[in-house]
Amino acid sequence: MPKGKKTTLKAIEKPAAFGPDLDVEAFKRETSYWPACKISTLPRDIAQRALSVGISTEEKERAGTYFQIDHSAILQTIRETFSGKAEIMSTKKALKKYRWAKEYWWEIVDANTDKFTALAKLKWDQGYFIRVLEGQKITIPLQACLFISKDNFNQNVHNLIIAEPNSEAQIITGCTVHPNVQSGLHVGISEFYVQKNAKLTFTMIHNWAQNFNVRPRTAALVDDDATFVSNYMCMKPVKSLQMYPVAYCKGANSRVRFNTILHGNQNSHLDVGSKVVLQGKGSRGEIITRAIASDNAQINARGLLVGEHEDSKAHLECRGLLLSDEAYIHAIPELVGNVKGTELSHEAAVGKIAEEQIQYLMARGFSQTEAESLIIRGFMDINIFGLPDALKRDVKRMIDATFGGAL
Amino acid sequence: MLRIENLTVEIAGKRVLGGVNLEVPKGEIHVLLGPNGSGKTSLITSILGFPSCHILSGNIRFNGTDITTMPTDERVKLGIGVAFQNPPQIRGVKLGDVLRHLTKGKIDEVKLAGTTNIPVDFFGRDLNLGFSGGELKRTEILQLLAQRPDFAIFDEPDSGVDVENLEVIGKAINEFLKNRSGLLITHLGHILRYLKVDKAHVMFYGTIACSGKPTNIINRIMKKGYKWCERCPKVKKLR
Ligand SMILES: Nc1ncnc2c1ncn2[C@@H]1O[C@H](COP(=O)(O)OP(=O)(O)O)[C@@H](O)[C@H]1O
Ligand SMILES: [Mg+2]
Repeated sequence: MPKGKKTTLKAIEKPAAFGPDLDVEAFKRETSYWPACKISTLPRDIAQRALSVGISTEEKERAGTYFQIDHSAILQTIRETFSGKAEIMSTKKALKKYRWAKEYWWEIVDANTDKFTALAKLKWDQGYFIRVLEGQKITIPLQACLFISKDNFNQNVHNLIIAEPNSEAQIITGCTVHPNVQSGLHVGISEFYVQKNAKLTFTMIHNWAQNFNVRPRTAALVDDDATFVSNYMCMKPVKSLQMYPVAYCKGANSRVRFNTILHGNQNSHLDVGSKVVLQGKGSRGEIITRAIASDNAQINARGLLVGEHEDSKAHLECRGLLLSDEAYIHAIPELVGNVKGTELSHEAAVGKIAEEQIQYLMARGFSQTEAESLIIRGFMDINIFGLPDALKRDVKRMIDATFGGAL
Repeated sequence: MLRIENLTVEIAGKRVLGGVNLEVPKGEIHVLLGPNGSGKTSLITSILGFPSCHILSGNIRFNGTDITTMPTDERVKLGIGVAFQNPPQIRGVKLGDVLRHLTKGKIDEVKLAGTTNIPVDFFGRDLNLGFSGGELKRTEILQLLAQRPDFAIFDEPDSGVDVENLEVIGKAINEFLKNRSGLLITHLGHILRYLKVDKAHVMFYGTIACSGKPTNIINRIMKKGYKWCERCPKVKKLR
C-alpha cells in the first residue's frame, strides 16, 4: 500500500466512509508534559476515571501497565514475574528499540484510509506497544490506559500488539477523559498480530464525555490456529463514535470473535461495526453485538462477514433494544460470500422491551422498574461473551451501575 | 378470599369475559374447566390486572379489598400468585435469579427444585428459553412454590406433561395447597387424580356456565367431553 507523505497529506481532507464528518483542525494540540509516575501515585481524579474503564491501580492485579496522558507516556512497566515474558512500552520507544517493529507498522491499517488515519500518521502521539513473547502464557491481564486531561484536545495514538507464536494473553484497554473534559477528538490506530497458535483476548472499555469525538481504526491479522477475541464496551455519553475494526482470519483454523456492548444515551451518535474476513482454511468468525439506545441516541450497528475460503464459517448476531421513542437503532448486517462452500449467517433484531415480559415479572412480584432493569440487564447478559472471571465481574459491575443494582 | 362480581373484560377490542361471577372462600380449592378459547386464561390475567385487560364492568375483591384497578405487583404483594400456561421467554434473565428473588433466602431453592423434578443446572438458564413443554410447566410451578402466595392459581399445569411428571406435579401442587386456597385450571382434568378440590366451575363463551360438586361435573366431562356441556340448556342459552 502507498506510504508516501504526499498521499497521506491528501487523505487528511478525506471524510471517513461512516460517521459524521469532523474538522480535525478544530482541536488543540498543545499540552504540557506529564512526568513519569507510579500507578499508586496517580492523582485521585485520574485514578478514579481510569477505574471506570477497567484499569486497576492495584499493581498485583495486572501483569503490566501502560498509561498515557495526552501526549506523555507516564507509565510503562511490566511486573517482575512477567519480565522476559511480555513487554509493554510506548510505540515511539519500541520503534527505536526494535528495527523489525516497523514491518508491522501501518501494515494492516492504511494511513490513507481517511482523514483520521492520515491525522494519526502526520501527528502521532505515542500509543502502546505490547509484545507477548513466544510460548509465554501471561496469566493475569496486561492493561493500557489512554487518558485525556485537557478540554478540546486532540490525541492520536498508534498501538501495536504482537502475540508471538504459542503465546497467550489478555489485554484490557481503557480510554477516558478527565471529569473536566467536555469535548475533544481521540484517534486510535491499533494493529494486532496474533501469530501461530497464539491466543489474545483484547477488551476495550470507553468512557468519554458528552461532546467528545472518537475515531478508532483497528485491524488484526490472525495466523494459523490462532484466536483473537475482541470485546468492546461503551456505556457512557459521547458526541460521536465511529469505528469498524476488521480481523483477517488469514491462517488455517484461525478464530476471531468480536463482542460489542453499546449503550447510546443522551445525544450520542454511535456508528460501530465489526468485520471478519475469512481467508484461511477452516477459519471461523463470530460477531455478537448488543446495543441499547435511550434518550436521543442514534446507533448504527454494523457487521460484515466476508467468506473468501471455501472451508470457512461465520455468524453474526446483533440485537438492539430501544428504551426511548426518540432513540434510533439501525442494524446493518452484511454477508459477502466470494467462494462456494463458505457458510455465513446472521440474525438481527431491534425492538423495545416486550410488555408481556414486564407483566410476567410483575406477576412474580417485581415492580415495573425492577422488571425493566432485570430485562435490560438480561439483554446485556455478558455470559455469552466468555470473558475471564475477573473482567466479567468488572463489566457486570459497570452494567449494574448503569441499569440498576443487583437484585 | 377471592370474589369476582359481574366481570366483563375486553382484550384487543374483543370481549373475552362477559359477566363472570366467581367466589373462592378461604381454605378452598376450586377447579375451573372449559374448552379452549372459553376465556379461562383471560380471567387469570384480569385477576392479575394486566393492562391488556380492559375492565368494562364488575369488580374483583381479594380478602375484602377491591383490587379491580390495582397494579399487578401490588396484587401479588397481597398474596396472589400464578403459574402461567404460556410464559414468555426472557433472554438473559436467569431462572435462578428469579427464584432467589422469590424465596428471599427463606427456603432452599435447590430442595424445592427437586420436588418439581427440575435439575439445578436449570438455574443458570434463560427464563423459558428452549424449555420443553413439560419443563415450562414444572419451572412455572417451581416459581410459584418459591413465591408462596396465599392464593395460588395454576393455569393448565397438566397440559402436555408426560405421565411420570404428571405425578410429580400433582403431588407437588397437592402438598403446596394444603392450608392454602387456590384455583386450578385444567382443560383435560388429568391433574385431578392427585388433588382433592372443593368445587368445580365450567366456563363457556367468557362466562361461568355452571358450578357445583366437582365429582359430578368432572366425571361427566372426562367421559363425554365438552360436547356434553354444549347440549346443556345453560350453555345453549349463552350462545
Ligand atoms: N391478546 C389477545 N388478543 C386477541 N384475542 C385474545 C387475546 N387474548 C385472548 N384472546 C381471545 O380471547 C378468547 C379467550 O382466550 P383464553 O382466555 O386464552 O381462553 P382459554 O384460556 O380458555 O383457552 C379467545 O378467543 C382468544 O383468542
Ligand atoms: Mg388458557
